[in-house]
Amino acid sequence: MTRDEAFLQFLLRMGDNTLVLGHRVSEWCGHAPVLEEDIALANTALDLIGQTQMWLALAGEVQGEGKSADDLAFLRDAWDFRNVLLVEVPNGDFGRTLMRQFLFDAWHKLMLERLMNSSDERVAAIAAKAVKEVTYHVERSRDTVVGLGDGTEESHARMQEALDYLWPYVGELFAADAVDEAMVAAGIAPDPASLRADYDALVGAAMAEATLSLPKSDFAHKGGRNGRMHTEHLGHLLTQMQWLQRAYPGATW
Amino acid sequence: MSGARPGTDQIWEWLDAVPDPEIPVISVVDLGIVRDVEWRGDTLTVAVTPTYSGCPATSIIAMDIETALRDRGIEDIRIETRISPPWTTDWLSDKGRARLEEYGIAPPQPAGGPERCPHCGSKAVEKVSQFGSTPCKAHWRCTDCLEPFDYFKCI
Repeated sequence: MTRDEAFLQFLLRMGDNTLVLGHRVSEWCGHAPVLEEDIALANTALDLIGQTQMWLALAGEVQGEGKSADDLAFLRDAWDFRNVLLVEVPNGDFGRTLMRQFLFDAWHKLMLERLMNSSDERVAAIAAKAVKEVTYHVERSRDTVVGLGDGTEESHARMQEALDYLWPYVGELFAADAVDEAMVAAGIAPDPASLRADYDALVGAAMAEATLSLPKSDFAHKGGRNGRMHTEHLGHLLTQMQWLQRAYPGATW
Repeated sequence: MSGARPGTDQIWEWLDAVPDPEIPVISVVDLGIVRDVEWRGDTLTVAVTPTYSGCPATSIIAMDIETALRDRGIEDIRIETRISPPWTTDWLSDKGRARLEEYGIAPPQPAGGPERCPHCGSKAVEKVSQFGSTPCKAHWRCTDCLEPFDYFKCI
């Protein structure tokens, strides 16, 4: 694997995470429990899709085949996606959606803060832009997780259930492979494993405040960020997201 | 175009008359998103920085800028999207901040919340939601006059 091949994989991982999560969160548009939450979810989705445009545009540039961010988003099939499994699992109820958001946001913010020092100035610029938005995301998702966790009996039970369901998807965010090794060697991105201690501290404090118990098992579902095995949910998501290009190939706005 | 080409000061002035599509009381210059205006040969290059990366107004703004300059007779225009350094609310002009408040939107404060209610001036305000009608705003409420209002988030 050449440096540019690894760089492309890294950029697809960043861009596919924000794309797939952005799409998932946008599914709440018009369905959230109250208007304020509906707007907040839609805004979060919008930020994530905006960040996707930057990551995938750069991915297309590095790939050098003349592909745009739109080409990469709408003309690839499930096996070419490099997002972690966490972001493709269905939304579940509002509590699970916000729990997933917090588990992702906490990692996202730590990752972007490190990427601001990337040796590649394009990566550093995207990270510096995105981290401002993600700081708001994590503040809100953390507040909501704490509010619902330390809420009523019903909301507490649902948040514990959400955490138990989602926790096995967290480990993949920190599993390093050859792509990461190449990125570390080039000074482009940090070793994902090096973010784990800060992540555990951040998430641990929030869960304690939310009166929720972190599952003991470290078992981790993997296969998304290397594309080896996505969940069945990704294909269903793509049929929605890519519907227009599948039905009318090459259609433009 | 015919005659001498307009200087960049003149162009900044024209751009200061282009309203932000979502908050039309302030101009794109007030908002601080026009970062640079430069002639490169016969091409006028305008560097624009998006406020939020997914803000749907960004492409409308680029189109509005291009239309305004074409109306002034400039034909060869290049709009450049510049993401670094990232946009910050520190770039809002004083004129822009004053107009926002008159319009009913509390201007950004480093403290992270509005200084006062833009309607009655009371300092008794509370946050309703961190997100408001556009990505750049949060939703607040005055507990004295009871009116809700938008707060321009500080980033």
